[in-house]
Amino acid sequence: MGICVRKRCFLGALALGPAALAALGTRALAPVRVAAASDLKFALAELARQYQSQAGSSVQLSLGSSGQFVQQIRQGLPVDLYMSADEDFVFQLADAGLTRDRGALYALGRIAAVVAAASPLVLDPALEGLRAAGAGIRHFAIANPEHAPYGRAAREALERLGLWQWFRPKLVLGENIAQATQFVTSGAAQAGISALSLALAPEVARLARHVVLPDRLHAPLRQRMVLLKSASAQASEFYAFLQTQAARAILRRYGFAFD
Amino acid sequence: MDWQATRVSLLLAVLTAVLLLPPGIALARWLAFSSWRGKPLAEACLMLPLLLPPTVIGFYLLLALGQGSPLGAWLARQLDLRLVFSFEGLLLASVLINLPFMVQPIQRAFAAIPNSLREAAWVSGLSNWRTFVRIELPLAWPGLLAGVALTAAHTLGEFGVVLMVGGSIPGQTRTLSIAIYDRVQAFDTAAAHVMALALVASSVVAVALVFAADRRRPLQER
Repeated sequence: MGICVRKRCFLGALALGPAALAALGTRALAPVRVAAASDLKFALAELARQYQSQAGSSVQLSLGSSGQFVQQIRQGLPVDLYMSADEDFVFQLADAGLTRDRGALYALGRIAAVVAAASPLVLDPALEGLRAAGAGIRHFAIANPEHAPYGRAAREALERLGLWQWFRPKLVLGENIAQATQFVTSGAAQAGISALSLALAPEVARLARHVVLPDRLHAPLRQRMVLLKSASAQASEFYAFLQTQAARAILRRYGFAFD
Repeated sequence: MDWQATRVSLLLAVLTAVLLLPPGIALARWLAFSSWRGKPLAEACLMLPLLLPPTVIGFYLLLALGQGSPLGAWLARQLDLRLVFSFEGLLLASVLINLPFMVQPIQRAFAAIPNSLREAAWVSGLSNWRTFVRIELPLAWPGLLAGVALTAAHTLGEFGVVLMVGGSIPGQTRTLSIAIYDRVQAFDTAAAHVMALALVASSVVAVALVFAADRRRPLQER
């Protein structure tokens, strides 16, 4: 008898549990859903805060690798705005008929070599200091060149500097540029190539030192954004906001350039 | 501490366990008492989610149910049902993956019931159903608890499939494990620590529950 009562109570709790949890969920106004490249992590957070304070509608950010988002959007990822670090990805989606138009260029990105703040390694724009460190660098982190634009730019820069073969056996690949940077700040990799926008952010600047790499070392990181077909009116407003002078001022502080 | 992600994770864990319990009991009981020759094949199929990497399962689910697939497009058009990048999709994936976690402990519990007890019940006039409810279920009780606890704990920790078919949508598919991944990439290791420790603690509690229940095996002589 005792066991039966306990079991019924248990099953009853199991059934009520989900209902209670579901009721705890808040119902909010539809936010603007953005899928953005990881290099925008801190810049976009600030832009979203600025926009939310003046417009009232909230912005929901998802950050990751530009290439991965293209795959997910093709599979039906429910987002309003896609902000890529490479305009080719935007054109792919436009050609597939998933977007309103061919989007707009919102910034030009830059890469930077990074080491942990306490590291004794010497940073210079030609990466000579890192080369000289020799075996002192066991792991060198970049984003995956296959689907992350900043990884592709890192590879191009290393090739133009004639250092690709030297660094290649030491490479560790981050799934996106934020993860690659995190490998360096955590000390797992001794050095790496990150996005300037990440390296300049206060959260990263206190964990890592950086040096900007010349933009002639890689094909330009033309960062383009586009509204998806099902985007809401609020999303269009946010899209317009991102092209204003106020938004560009914020982007400039994170090292982005404009045409 | 990401409370929204905690809520998604808890809801997913509880719903998975609840949805899986009835079919789990049915399947486990059949496997325990049946003498069908094809049983080893059935048990091997059941083990598949344990053997396959979660990313493989997620990959095939994405291909089979995403907007780009015929089935996915049909579901979206006819039933307004999206099974990728939605909580429902995550629940489906979770139920499929956790089948062995629910079935195996319950199957062992049922198999431990001596046939003589069931025969005694039948001889005493109890029908199959009443034997199941009054005799078998109470005796298999620790196995049910183990199945539920392991399913819930495993779902709380699920990462590979959620990453592939979830899309990390806050409030919908951003679970605690994804939130930890997210915080690490945001250079916020303190927040990642808090959530990771919470997950470890809940897993320990779940496993402790399983072991504690096991010690109260109803079939043992007191």
